[in-house]
Amino acid sequence: MTISEFPPGLILVLGALLLPFADNRIRPILVLGLPLLTLAMVWRLPDGAFAVVPILDYELVLVRSDALSRLFAIIFSIMTFAGGLFALNQKRVMELVAVFVYAGSAIGVVLSGDLLSLFFFWEAMALASTLVVLSVGSDLSYRVSMRYLLVHIFGGALLLMGIVVHVFETGSTTFAAMEPSSLGAILILAGFLVNAGAPPLSAWLSDAYPEASYSGTVFLSAFTTKAAVYVLLRGFPGTEILIFVGIFMIFYGIIYALLENDMRRILAYSIVNQVGFMVTGIGIGTEMAMNGVAAHAFTHIIYKALLLMSAGAVLYMTGKRKCTDLGGLFQSMPLTTICGIVGALSISSFPLTSGFISKSMISQAAADEALIVVWFLLLAASAGVFLHAGIKFPWFVFFQKDSGLRPPDPPWNMRLAMILFAGLCIGLGIWPEFLYAMLPFPVDYVPYTVPHVVNMLQLLLFSGFAFFLLLPLMKRTLTITLDFDWLGRRLGKNLAIGVGNAIDTAWRSLLSGLQGGIMNVLDHMYRSHGPRGVLSRAWPIGSTVMWIAVLLTVYLLVIYN
Amino acid sequence: MISANMAALQVAVPLIGAPLCTLIGRGTRAWLFATLVTWFAFAMSIGLLVEVMQNGAFSYYMGNWPAPWGIEYRVDHLSAFVLLFITGIASVVMLFAYNSVENEIAADKHRLFYTAYLLTLAGLLGMAITGDAFNAFVFMEISSLSGYVLISLGRDRRALFASYQYLVLGTIGATFFVIGIGLLYMATGTLNLADLATRLPRLGENFVVFAGFVFLMVGLSLKVALFPLHLWLPNAYTYAPSMVSALLAASATKVGVYLFLRFLFDVFGIRFIIDTWPLAEIFMALAIIAAVMGSLVAITQINVKRLLAYSSIAQIGYIVLGISFVNLTGLTGAVVHLFNHALMKGVMFLAIGSVLMRVGGTRFVHIRGLGKRMPMTMAAFVIAGLSMIGVPGTVGFVSKWYLVLAAIERGLWPVAIIVMATSLMAVVYVWRVVEAAYFAEPEANHEIAEAPWPMVTATWILAIACILFGLTTDLTIGVAQSAAVMLLGGGQ
Repeated sequence: MTISEFPPGLILVLGALLLPFADNRIRPILVLGLPLLTLAMVWRLPDGAFAVVPILDYELVLVRSDALSRLFAIIFSIMTFAGGLFALNQKRVMELVAVFVYAGSAIGVVLSGDLLSLFFFWEAMALASTLVVLSVGSDLSYRVSMRYLLVHIFGGALLLMGIVVHVFETGSTTFAAMEPSSLGAILILAGFLVNAGAPPLSAWLSDAYPEASYSGTVFLSAFTTKAAVYVLLRGFPGTEILIFVGIFMIFYGIIYALLENDMRRILAYSIVNQVGFMVTGIGIGTEMAMNGVAAHAFTHIIYKALLLMSAGAVLYMTGKRKCTDLGGLFQSMPLTTICGIVGALSISSFPLTSGFISKSMISQAAADEALIVVWFLLLAASAGVFLHAGIKFPWFVFFQKDSGLRPPDPPWNMRLAMILFAGLCIGLGIWPEFLYAMLPFPVDYVPYTVPHVVNMLQLLLFSGFAFFLLLPLMKRTLTITLDFDWLGRRLGKNLAIGVGNAIDTAWRSLLSGLQGGIMNVLDHMYRSHGPRGVLSRAWPIGSTVMWIAVLLTVYLLVIYN
Repeated sequence: MISANMAALQVAVPLIGAPLCTLIGRGTRAWLFATLVTWFAFAMSIGLLVEVMQNGAFSYYMGNWPAPWGIEYRVDHLSAFVLLFITGIASVVMLFAYNSVENEIAADKHRLFYTAYLLTLAGLLGMAITGDAFNAFVFMEISSLSGYVLISLGRDRRALFASYQYLVLGTIGATFFVIGIGLLYMATGTLNLADLATRLPRLGENFVVFAGFVFLMVGLSLKVALFPLHLWLPNAYTYAPSMVSALLAASATKVGVYLFLRFLFDVFGIRFIIDTWPLAEIFMALAIIAAVMGSLVAITQINVKRLLAYSSIAQIGYIVLGISFVNLTGLTGAVVHLFNHALMKGVMFLAIGSVLMRVGGTRFVHIRGLGKRMPMTMAAFVIAGLSMIGVPGTVGFVSKWYLVLAAIERGLWPVAIIVMATSLMAVVYVWRVVEAAYFAEPEANHEIAEAPWPMVTATWILAIACILFGLTTDLTIGVAQSAAVMLLGGGQ
């Protein structure tokens, strides 16, 4: 293995271990330099499989480089760099370490050429992201991170079982496209979907992400779900059920985001929504759809990080996170406002922003395949995205009423990170050919046609109207402190909310029921297995002699029959 | 002619070294002597393994008396592998022992301690190398009796009682073993294992032989601490001196498993047994109960050493489970897990031994906040913990992989799922330690230093081996596979 074949993800993972020992002068150099080094390594990777390590009877392929895996590895490295820049003021080194291990493992996942190394990085990602949430150090973050871990251990267990069965069925550990018709592939698909935030376990995402620190959430938004998108794209393209799963996620995200009051939770729901678009595209599975998904994952990481950076900047400067407590910040935080708006326009696929050139490819793929219903739903969802993320977030945080807060713009490094990503959003929107050139399949798609642009503008215009018409209705949600009991009271009033609610309540009660159930079982077991329990009591001689007699008798009986 | 006599020297040097050790003096000198003897034994075992891998199995006849009459030492892949990891772990543990024994055992008892240690080592090695049933019993008694002494020297006064319980039970086990051998001798007139293997089939359905078999199995089950005959183990491991816990956990039960394999596959012939009686099913049931019960009980413990002891019971369950599949994959997994478990449990007991030395206790309250105070020690513990869970890239993964694969090959899906479920339980008990060490604030505010460098070095040698043999499996899996092929082939 030469230096150039060293797995790029491991640079971040190993570099992370240096961070606690670096002092305050060297740490920024590491935080900014390691992602750049990784980016350079990924950029220079030729096609092929490298860093092949034989283990047992199989081979670990730590680096499988082709257009698709490089695309994801590149955006992950860029993300780590910008996120690191944004997080330079983060005083908790623990979080930085966790974030770097997390990012490195995510790059490891997308570069893995076989299922075993994929699983290894997958689990490392789950553990590291748990630590990102845990590093906040509050009681709440502890409980949230344990819930988060529980879901991901469950997902990991599904994946592991799937891999074992799959390897047994096919005799190969290579990670390639598979049909979800055998038990192994179905389990693997289920394990992937847990990380993508698919139903019925979507709630872990909005539950955990907003509880991380102002900088931690930025990282969390990028890696877990997009790594899941990558593995789905690689493993299950054209799997029809994914269309339904994706559409469900799209509307789940919209409805919940519209009801939400916490600015970062709005954005967390909108991750589910955006990943829904991608999962739908994977379900369609044509070359156009796959290109669209890859491009959308690329642009989504940028604008979602940008949105969360602007929200993080607000949180960092004001310490407040509920829409009801914020407002009027445009006067003193002009730069943050502008960057937030750029992000919001991108997520709404406004022409000349990155969202426009990527999401439209997925819709186009649906149209090409004559999936009329899917196409209409995607169109309707685009309007919904504009409502919840495109207008609601900037309007309530930066405009609406004046909250009286006058914080200045955040420190230089956070400003720089936001400017970088805002620039990328617009740059990719104007010159899409750079991104198109990196996509796995050749692109013959032109985003900027007159009907397309006019269509999109009409759609956005009318949903903008709708927002301000419905503003009184929207505002009403603001007078109530959004909490889960609130969801309970609204149940039955609105069917759409009701469906979402039912799922949420079911999730909560499942959790609490599970907890209660587990507690009962544990209590019971503690009585028999605990330090004072029957099975661990220390009166060995008598009982052992009895057991010897029992065993001897059993064996003799067995043998003399 | 050292190479021709390596097999004899392997056992004879520690055995003769033991009395010399008492004569040679106190303290450091005794330790140095015992260490040199151990390292010599390690060198011999490496030589034996190389010899076996190059030229195949061979025999050494004591005093040049040919096989059925004299005592035969038989070295094949399996016994060479067992010899290698026992002496290997013992060599590392001896590095650890100097400071640890200094701290835990009164100075005037040091040379007796090391004498008893050498006797134990000689006994364990003898059991692994001998090709003679009665000789195996003698070595078993040598290792057990000196083992009782080692345990009783623990700092906690309960060590005495734990050792006494182990003595009573161990003696019962050994007695059953010797009764079994006696019955076999009665029926066949020979004590040589290979000779027994050729004579037994000729006897056909012989109830004396059957009874002998049952006594052997029960006696050995007790020695390996297979559920439900595991009750002596938790106390013995908990209250023994640190280095003794590490040594016994890594070797004593493993040699028991070795004899178990020998008798089951070589002497009686596994085909004959499983075709006649549902023994594999009984072993499988006991193994599963052991794995589940051991893991569950481990979760609830308040003393880390005791937790490790119960975890050992669960791991014995895995090993016996692998045997009970009676296929190549399962047997390979079982044999390799002998080695892998010795490594990871070794790390954990050594790490907790360092904690005992610095903090003065091994309960969860004692390890609170140690992640910062003893970073090296706790980091090694975490590596071993990950291995215990079965994280890829560690030895634990290799063993679990083979076990699960073997279960699937046999079509036993529920068993595969149970193995994975017990891995989740391992997550819980390992996490409890991690949580206490890294996320809890220390109880008292007094300064705790990292353990002395020999102890840290010893712990880390094994921890690195945990990762090394998790990544490069040529040696371990290669030897284990040859051993498994031999065991399965030899029985037919």
